[in-house]
Amino acid sequence: MTEALRPQPSEGPEFVQLLTPEGERVAHPDYDLEISDEEIRGLYRDLLMVRRIDTEATALQRQGELGLWASLLGQEAAQVGAGRALTASDFAFPTYREHGVAFCKGVDPVTLLGLFRGTSQGGWDPYQNGFGLYTIVIGSQTLHATGYAMGLQRDGGDGAAMAFFGDGASSQGDVNEAFVWASVFNAPVVFFCQNNQWAISEPLEKQTRIPLYRRAQGFGFPGVRVDGNDVLAVLAVTRQALARAREGSGPTLVEAWTYRMGAHTTSDDPTRYRLAAELETWKLKDPIERVKAHLSRSGGADATFFAEVDTAADELAAHLRAGCLALPDPDPITLFDNVYAEGSSLLDEEREQCAAYLASFAAAGH
Amino acid sequence: MAARTLTLGKALNEGLRKALEADPKVLIMGEDVGRLGGVFRVTDGLQKDFGEDRVIDTPLAESGIVGTAVGLAIRGFRPVCEIQFDGFVFPAFDQIVSQVAKMRYRSAGHVALPITIRIPYGGGIGAVEHHSESPETYFAHTPGLKVVTCSNPADAYSMIQQAVSCDDPIVFFEPKRRYWDKAEVDTDAAPAPLWTARVARAGTDVTVITYGPSVRTCLEAAAAAESEGRDIEVIDLRALSPIDWGAVVESVTKTQHAVVVAEAPVFASLSAEVAARISERCFYSLEAPVLRVGGYSTPYPTSRVEEDFLPDLDRILDAVDRSLAF
Ligand SMILES: Cc1ncc(C[n+]2csc(CCOP(=O)(O)OP(=O)(O)O)c2C)c(N)n1
Ligand SMILES: [Mg+2]
Repeated sequence: MTEALRPQPSEGPEFVQLLTPEGERVAHPDYDLEISDEEIRGLYRDLLMVRRIDTEATALQRQGELGLWASLLGQEAAQVGAGRALTASDFAFPTYREHGVAFCKGVDPVTLLGLFRGTSQGGWDPYQNGFGLYTIVIGSQTLHATGYAMGLQRDGGDGAAMAFFGDGASSQGDVNEAFVWASVFNAPVVFFCQNNQWAISEPLEKQTRIPLYRRAQGFGFPGVRVDGNDVLAVLAVTRQALARAREGSGPTLVEAWTYRMGAHTTSDDPTRYRLAAELETWKLKDPIERVKAHLSRSGGADATFFAEVDTAADELAAHLRAGCLALPDPDPITLFDNVYAEGSSLLDEEREQCAAYLASFAAAGH
Repeated sequence: MAARTLTLGKALNEGLRKALEADPKVLIMGEDVGRLGGVFRVTDGLQKDFGEDRVIDTPLAESGIVGTAVGLAIRGFRPVCEIQFDGFVFPAFDQIVSQVAKMRYRSAGHVALPITIRIPYGGGIGAVEHHSESPETYFAHTPGLKVVTCSNPADAYSMIQQAVSCDDPIVFFEPKRRYWDKAEVDTDAAPAPLWTARVARAGTDVTVITYGPSVRTCLEAAAAAESEGRDIEVIDLRALSPIDWGAVVESVTKTQHAVVVAEAPVFASLSAEVAARISERCFYSLEAPVLRVGGYSTPYPTSRVEEDFLPDLDRILDAVDRSLAF
């Protein structure tokens, strides 16, 4: 778990970076990004909003308003970069941590809280924003994304699919099968792996002996490793991968090299298995600070802009909190809803029994 | 007598420690079982004391965990696999049902697979989806597998050791919401055989047959019923495949009323099997049809309504009343 065991990717063409941790724009031979100050300000705003959603949700969990929260702290650039590369016709298949992608896809963050508060199992309409349900069973969604992409091939859709998953997930059979399928069918899917270095308590080297992006080669499609804390690089790399997919050139694996700054979830205690020193080195690579440094230095934004964004983030947090507290507890009888499209006599009978049973309490004045 | 107060989780931990000490071929493998000691700390400290070769943090792949356990067992090891939560056993389902369950049969007895597959199961902890399920019926339905579940610290301590030393593959279900239940455990006591049920509470009026996390709920229901003059006998099955029918039949013959309680959806479940057997074997003793209390035929619901899904005191006592009133 030391830095020696975990060499940082060397600077060079293997590691795509366009904005250094110090906020310097650097060039990359394969990934050029023409981007205006206004667009960079937009990305900064996204990053800050997404972090604010996350810190507010963590606070809500601490206060007992959520049962659980899976924090994305540290992964904002990976998610905003990928999320902003996606267009309306693209469909994202997330894990349980893609709050930033959801934000970019236009999902009201309050919507995400039901699953963590226990009032729903997600329950949003995936078609509305092209954002699938959160998937807790590790890796399953990579096959769904691949199948969706095969559907796009067959019905002439002009979008692409993007599967989100983690470094731990890369070990699952489903993920490896998704790679095979996508390759064989040349499916328009982008596999976006956020390598945050940890799968709960297990460090990357418990999952792989080679850099994850290089696995793609063995399956027959390109893989690229990008600085996952550099929103510009992630945007450039993911845009290109999506363009490739849409034009019929098949899948790409993007490995976003990043770090899980928080616990795995609010139930986890990372001090049991990782060293604080690791966290300190990653703090220096903060995805938001570098954009701020760049904008400040280039004159692309001034203090008024940063203050405005802070205010907007506070407003979003207030919206999230109010929305969370207003989430209604489901009526118990609704647990029978949406099991089947065409109903079931078994379920009808059970629902009736349950309703009668619940009514007996109401009658007894409980 | 070496009596100590242990939580159910700690009792499993101590039992696993004993198993590792008793046989150098015993291995523990799973996600986060090593350095972290498991998400429920059931394997806490074992990697530190027995080393990374025996307590193995595996890659994140359940089919891999069970599939490689098969190979290790063929090579003479005795793997104890941890599946992190009930809802995550399904990637390993093929290995368990098609390989683990059938190897002895297919090899005409030449290959033994002494594998224990530990699965924390059941609801009631306010968790998100896939963390509260009761999949025991799938495994009990599969010939070639044995299935057990503990309900209290003393059983946890002895049953895990018995399961690990058994030469048959065993799916070992752990009632996760009872991990923190505490009780005295006599670590020197000779345990009951693994395949026996236990009378958790003696009574005369109704037999409530249950297992795992529901045992405590049924004992609480029995205590509540006592004040209303009903004397409930609670049978903790412990072994779900095979089932100790002798204990069940003896009790139901005495009380002439039977209620089966489990968290799993009732339809086509273990409870259905228990009810059917009781009807076959106790037909002339029964004063009422065998009733079942359990989950509904829906996916496990979201946590804010899970208490309406799970068998609770009221639903158990309601069934007891209906049985007695029949
Ligand atoms: C099939 C399955 N097995 C185990 C788990 C328990 N689990 C939840 S998250 C996790 C680690 C995932 O690590 P990674 O893929 O790197 O994603 P991250 O959480 O780091 O974003 C595990 C083991 C699960 N959800 N699904
Ligand atoms: Mg990870």
